Amino acid sequence: MDEKTLGEKILIMDDITKVYDMGGEKQTVLKGIHLEVSKGEFVAVLGPSGSGKSTLMNIIGCLDTPTSGSYVLHGRDVGGLDEDALAGVRSKEIGFIFQSFQLLPRLDALSNVELPLIYSGVPAHERSALAEKMLVRVGLKEKLHHYPNQLSGGQQQRVAIARALCNNPAILLADEPTGALDQQTGKQVMSLFHDLNEEGHTILMITHDQGIARHARRIVRLLDGILSEGGVEDA
Amino acid sequence: MLKESLRMSWQNIRANKMRSFLTILGIVIGVTAIIALITTVEGATQEMTRQFSELGAGKVSVSVSGTALKRGLTEADLERLSELDNVESLDPTVSFTRHVSNGQRLTENVTIEGRNAVYFQRSDGLLSAGRGLTPMDMDRNSHVCVIDATLRSALYPGEDPIGQTLIVGGQRFTIVGLLSDGSEDVMSVMFSSGDEGKVILPFLTAQRMVHSNSVTSLGIYIHDTTRTDETIDDIEGVLNAAFNYKDDAYRVINLESLLDAMDTMLGMMTTMLAGIASIALLVGGIGIMNMMLVSVSERTMEIGLRKALGARPKAIQVQFLLEAVMLSLLGGVIGILLGNMLSLVFALWLEIDFTLSAGAILLAFLFSATVGVIFGWAPARKASQLNPIDALRSM
Repeated sequence: MDEKTLGEKILIMDDITKVYDMGGEKQTVLKGIHLEVSKGEFVAVLGPSGSGKSTLMNIIGCLDTPTSGSYVLHGRDVGGLDEDALAGVRSKEIGFIFQSFQLLPRLDALSNVELPLIYSGVPAHERSALAEKMLVRVGLKEKLHHYPNQLSGGQQQRVAIARALCNNPAILLADEPTGALDQQTGKQVMSLFHDLNEEGHTILMITHDQGIARHARRIVRLLDGILSEGGVEDA
Repeated sequence: MLKESLRMSWQNIRANKMRSFLTILGIVIGVTAIIALITTVEGATQEMTRQFSELGAGKVSVSVSGTALKRGLTEADLERLSELDNVESLDPTVSFTRHVSNGQRLTENVTIEGRNAVYFQRSDGLLSAGRGLTPMDMDRNSHVCVIDATLRSALYPGEDPIGQTLIVGGQRFTIVGLLSDGSEDVMSVMFSSGDEGKVILPFLTAQRMVHSNSVTSLGIYIHDTTRTDETIDDIEGVLNAAFNYKDDAYRVINLESLLDAMDTMLGMMTTMLAGIASIALLVGGIGIMNMMLVSVSERTMEIGLRKALGARPKAIQVQFLLEAVMLSLLGGVIGILLGNMLSLVFALWLEIDFTLSAGAILLAFLFSATVGVIFGWAPARKASQLNPIDALRSM
């Protein structure tokens, strides 16, 4: 890692709140979140269901906008950006990894990985080379042209990770990445996360599972919309 | 980007083959109907125009029924007509039937036509062998004639009729020419009395044969076809004078105006029928809209995912719109092929020429593309406005 970029803040959230209007009744899901993530960190957000995890993840992933507060991602204030601009931010800065992989069943592994490259405007001839490199990186060299239904759960999640990596995003955002996997496979995916983190990738993982959260270097707890720093022991 | 969208749309259409096929069926039927209709009517119109124009452009036909006192036009009347401004030449015809023989065989009820040399000068492709009647034949009252294919096969089967002798009404004629098959123009078919064959003699010779010097059928060739109407007025003036203003004594038929009227009528009919057929296109468009709406809700997760991966709303909209247009165009192309095949069958059946109508193809193509855009717009917009969070949650 470049010396100068050490300690650079990838993500700065200040006093983020999110209020939903449920048929006239206001429900505050996030109550003033402060969160900073530096480059090269591996952070787990640990919280039970209903704690506001998904809402936080959507805001971090620029899929949703906060009701109030400021959010600076990779040096850019993303509050007040319009939908097109947010799509651009998602394309360049964020690599999503979902619980249920979210691969398109009609596309093979390579084409699935190419998808974000299409939307970030990478020319066709560079796309497949780049996508192949990413699939090799996650250990699927032999499976480039397999369709999702020909791959195991673990392999599908690796394809999804390759897809998240291919635009070289500022942050990998993983939502319960092992939720749909058995323990053994989940461990393998976690060890891949470790390796990626060693290589300098910044990872933010959201989970309700303490065992999974332990794989991260830093854990923050989310409970009833309030975030607090702390180890697994305190959770 | 556009190429990717095209590829993705095509993949999706292919993934649901049966559904896509049923969806485009309405478009296929509509376009097939429109193409078949326009192409067939165009073919029929061309055939009719061809038949009419064989008479030569700028020809006005006069047919005289006469009055009790005066059966037909006299030499003096013809003189006056030929002196009219813009009249190029006169082509009077006399027509009757006689027995005809070659010395051994006899054919009854053969149509005998007396014609001037101008008829042969003005009609291309009239003869299949030999020559036509010339001004010299007229001046000398030569005993020469031209026969048609029917008479040839009746009297001279397997022989060359040119130079042979034909006996008409007790007089001997030398055959100098053979009419080609199907060369008969519309008017002579309308006025001929039998299908036992036809002999064309020099006009005066034929006129003498019926002991008449009045003309009941006349073609008038005119110079400047842009002034046809004026000239017709002049002609009618002469005829009125000749028949004492009894205007039911004659008829002046301008084939061009007849053709124009028919063209207009056919055009109106085509437009009307095409209008009815385009209702099928409308129904087809609604089918596409329905399918696209289903497709959007089925692929909610896919849309959400694409958005999460950085697709702008516009990109999603373009993809779904392209899919609708592609479906519609696919239906259009199939319809164009089927429609042309159908009109080829019609053309063979009705014995008219088959020509690909570029205009109809272009129209069908544009129409189906437009249907795709119009009916694909709303579903595509719906897809582009899906909230990615809701979309992803629906998995």
